[in-house]
Amino acid sequence: MNLRSSVDIITEWDIVAARQLGRNEAKEVGFGTVDQARITTAISELARNIYLYAGKGKIEIRQITDGNLRGLLVIASDKGPGIVDVRKVMEDGYTTSGGLGAGLPGVRRLMDDFKIETVLGEGTTISASKLLR
Amino acid sequence: MITRIPILKLRDCLIVSIQWELDDQTALSFQEDLLEKLHTTSARGVVLDLTPIDFIDSFIAKVLGDVINMSGLMGAKVVITGIQPAVAITLIELGIRLENVVTALDLENGLEKLERELED
Ligand SMILES: Nc1ncnc2c1ncn2[C@@H]1O[C@H](COP(=O)(O)OP(=O)(O)OP(=O)(O)O)[C@@H](O)[C@H]1O
Ligand SMILES: [Mg+2]
Repeated sequence: MNLRSSVDIITEWDIVAARQLGRNEAKEVGFGTVDQARITTAISELARNIYLYAGKGKIEIRQITDGNLRGLLVIASDKGPGIVDVRKVMEDGYTTSGGLGAGLPGVRRLMDDFKIETVLGEGTTISASKLLR
Repeated sequence: MITRIPILKLRDCLIVSIQWELDDQTALSFQEDLLEKLHTTSARGVVLDLTPIDFIDSFIAKVLGDVINMSGLMGAKVVITGIQPAVAITLIELGIRLENVVTALDLENGLEKLERELED
């Protein structure tokens, strides 16, 4: 079983590839259709942010276990400009690109666990996980 | 490789059934195609069926919202049909409210609703 897989985000089409990989992994772990949609949506948001704001980066998807619960961990990493004000980007409606500003606050609600590590000028790594209950 | 979404005309309505996962370019070219078709056919309504769509992210939601507003500017009403439960749940969790959007359960209900709205 492939427990760890990743997609390099370079072009717009890689966003599609990343979310398809995510959906397949979510199915494999045994998530239901609503959680599959949550995970797919979260990956799409993170992958598009990489494409828009960092130019390129990577989406990694790992199957995880916590006690006897299985789940998925999504890690979106890039070597882009980093995020100036993390609190601000987590506000609903905050956007620097004329989007809806729904992506990051949305991902936090769609997944169980959410973490941003970012260093200005060095890049951003966002991890989000969900366990199968 | 951009897939073009077919747009059918029935009386004074356009019918669009989205059959595949929408990538960004397909969504954007659909936006243009639909407005162009509204212009050339003078259709007064659009039914947009999303039955096979199993997720909608913020980008697609924005494109759909824009299409609805732009169609409104051109004098056409849009009814969205076939939103799956999982899609409805994730849209709300994303914090996206498609405000003032007319929806119906399926294509048939959507067409009926649209015809009623166009009579008023
Ligand atoms: N990987 C990243 N690197 C640098 N900045 C980022 C990154 N991801 C997000 N941001 C910043 O955070 C802001 C908020 O992101 P978020 O995804 O919530 O909204 P958005 O992308 O602007 O709009 P939406 O996702 O609704 O289309 C972005 O506008 C951008 O300025
Ligand atoms: Mg975003």
